[in-house]
Amino acid sequence: MGLFTRKKTVFVESDILVIGGGMAGCGATYESRYWGRDLKVVCVEKANIERSGAVAQGLYAINCYMGMQWDENQPEDHVRYARNDLMGLVREDLGYDIARHVDSTVHKFEEWGLPIMKDPETGRYLREGKWQIMIHGESYKPIVAEAARKAATEIYNRIMVTHLLMDKTKPNRVAGAVGFNVRNGNFYVFRSKAVIVSAGGASHIFKPRAVGEGMGRTWYAPWSSASAYALPILAGAKMTQMENRIVLTRFKDGYGPVGAYFLHLKTYTENAYGEEYESKWYDHTKELVGDYVDRHPVPTCLRNHALLEEVKAGRGPIRMVTKEAFQDPHNETVGWENFLGMTIGQAVVWASQNIDPKHTNPELTTSEPYVMGSHATCSGAWASGPADYAPSEYQWGYNRMMTVDGLFGAGDTIGGTAHKFSSGSFAEGRIAGKAAVNYVNDLGSDQPQVSEGEYEDLKKVVFQPLETYQVGRNEIVAGTVSPSYMLPISGLQRLEKIMDEYVGGISSLYTTNEPLLTRGLELLSMLKEDLDHLGAEDLHQLQRAWELHHRVLASEAVTQHTMFRTETRWPGYYYRADHPKLDDTDWHCFTLSRYDRDSGTWEMEKAPVYHIVD
Amino acid sequence: MPTFVYMTRCDGCGHCVDICPSDIMHIDTTYRRAYNIEPNMCWECYSCVKACPQNAIDCRGYADFAPLGHSVRVLREEAKGTISWKIKFRNGNEKNFVSPIRTTPWGSIKSPADYEAPSQEAMKSQELAHEPDALNIDKLPALTPDQLKQGVV
Repeated sequence: MGLFTRKKTVFVESDILVIGGGMAGCGATYESRYWGRDLKVVCVEKANIERSGAVAQGLYAINCYMGMQWDENQPEDHVRYARNDLMGLVREDLGYDIARHVDSTVHKFEEWGLPIMKDPETGRYLREGKWQIMIHGESYKPIVAEAARKAATEIYNRIMVTHLLMDKTKPNRVAGAVGFNVRNGNFYVFRSKAVIVSAGGASHIFKPRAVGEGMGRTWYAPWSSASAYALPILAGAKMTQMENRIVLTRFKDGYGPVGAYFLHLKTYTENAYGEEYESKWYDHTKELVGDYVDRHPVPTCLRNHALLEEVKAGRGPIRMVTKEAFQDPHNETVGWENFLGMTIGQAVVWASQNIDPKHTNPELTTSEPYVMGSHATCSGAWASGPADYAPSEYQWGYNRMMTVDGLFGAGDTIGGTAHKFSSGSFAEGRIAGKAAVNYVNDLGSDQPQVSEGEYEDLKKVVFQPLETYQVGRNEIVAGTVSPSYMLPISGLQRLEKIMDEYVGGISSLYTTNEPLLTRGLELLSMLKEDLDHLGAEDLHQLQRAWELHHRVLASEAVTQHTMFRTETRWPGYYYRADHPKLDDTDWHCFTLSRYDRDSGTWEMEKAPVYHIVD
Repeated sequence: MPTFVYMTRCDGCGHCVDICPSDIMHIDTTYRRAYNIEPNMCWECYSCVKACPQNAIDCRGYADFAPLGHSVRVLREEAKGTISWKIKFRNGNEKNFVSPIRTTPWGSIKSPADYEAPSQEAMKSQELAHEPDALNIDKLPALTPDQLKQGVV
């Protein structure tokens, strides 16, 4: 009996358990209640759903809206767009499904009180670009959270979910989850017939550019700790496209967004000497990727690639030309409010460095890589598609169910569906919610059973870092260096260094190869062993310890997938220097992995890409 | 820092502790006031700054790349439905912005359970809640499996 296993265990029963109350989780909670009037719908969140997930800070645009009511775009158009941007590889069935449901989602947001800007001439939503509409979204998350609170039977804030629980009667079926309360340390056992994972993607797996006090100023939120991936991976769910990490071109240091600047304010980039540079790299890029460079709009990774090549050629920094656009006071307001609405840190950086874009063209940079499933990238779990048209190989059960029975996903969790953003993540949560209700209704008397042995074992594992610290701390006089334990921050920095140096981070300009990946895997396996020696001084550090566990497992998946795909599909996101070209002969396919948690081994396979629109 | 708390303004109410998405605003046990326990995991998201009833929390940009002497202050007024910003540059220049945050009263969203219960037929359809009405088009778009093909397009 460990020191901390005497902590109280709280049991929560539910029909549907939603893990992570961000955009996708709020959508899943709302829809589960709509279709499952008598079901117990529980949402569990490690922070507070009022301000949690990637939209905690707000957003100034909704980046996925068709406008079918005005015939602006059809779902087919969005599939083509996402496919082109991801160099041919997306789950078109899932993407179409999100696109056809996203407009009703956005219309509900407006009805609930989200201020959406209107075009004064047409009265339609004000377009920032073909897919984006502009909003005053400071309270986007509180509004969406209010809808989820109205829908849920119970919301549990400040509970970090660490593991899923499996059914003791059927090995490939989920039965719930465990976690701990970050405030009082109670251990939680959630028993549920269906589980929807709607947790966050991964920041802080690659070393960020800012490493001191500013380490938290990553592009994606520092609280996005890869639970979206680690939870399904540990349960044996198949994952897809985990190599497809994303690198963002953003304003320097604050990572302030560039979408409104390019699309609405019509600002543009130039090199240090005032020259346009993208066209210079056209022939070079064409040699690497062929006709993909001729697609419109030019894929995000290829625009990164041109910027990187220009910087490597010694003509950096790259700047955004804002001085002209900002002479218009309306544009100036849009430019600043864009940051204040979603990346306040960029306004802080510009204020501190006296950068007024009316007088100075600000610098751009490329970020460290991130792993997520909702932006211009599509890492995540391999999920069953919609029943009405998904190919049979993509359909083995309910919509958005993973390869584990009863385990559903949405948002960053689900792979292959790029460009869903906030609205598409909420819409995907709704899709998963309705499917989960049908799953629960169809179960009948065949209910999953939680094993007491499993959650009691996990209870010991979950609190082990507290015990390790308690036992070891008096061995040393003071300070953070102990021969018996490692603090979560040290483990995190080791992870970031390994991923950065071996798996294609900023220090190698996103370049890796088989020998580097092989060594990276060796170092990751040692880090995984060392995680058994994490020491947590308090419950906050215990949360950090489990976030690190999740990040390390997701990183291993990223590295395995990167090793498997022997081509460079997305130059500008990462480069396999030993396979520098795109290879449609062998790699016009998805990569799939499955982790065996008993042996710690990964099985890799390919899955076909089906196109459903021309 | 990035966020920090003024000693004379904080009354230890804990709103910031409750809201911080990163779990880094904690109450100091000696002073009974809040402080940022882990500045390097702060996103400068301003959730705590906006939530503080005493205006006791401010942000000082990440010192490893933000020179001193700036400020970005905010006032979020739920009743008025607005958010107001004051940006002060290191060189003393100032900019002010005000935006709406919500068009309906707080708490006014209808629970999905308050809508008429869906039919059994609807349960098995591809339509989600409020569709097709909320789409503002006649019916939910759909594809058929015969459109599938493999290879590069």
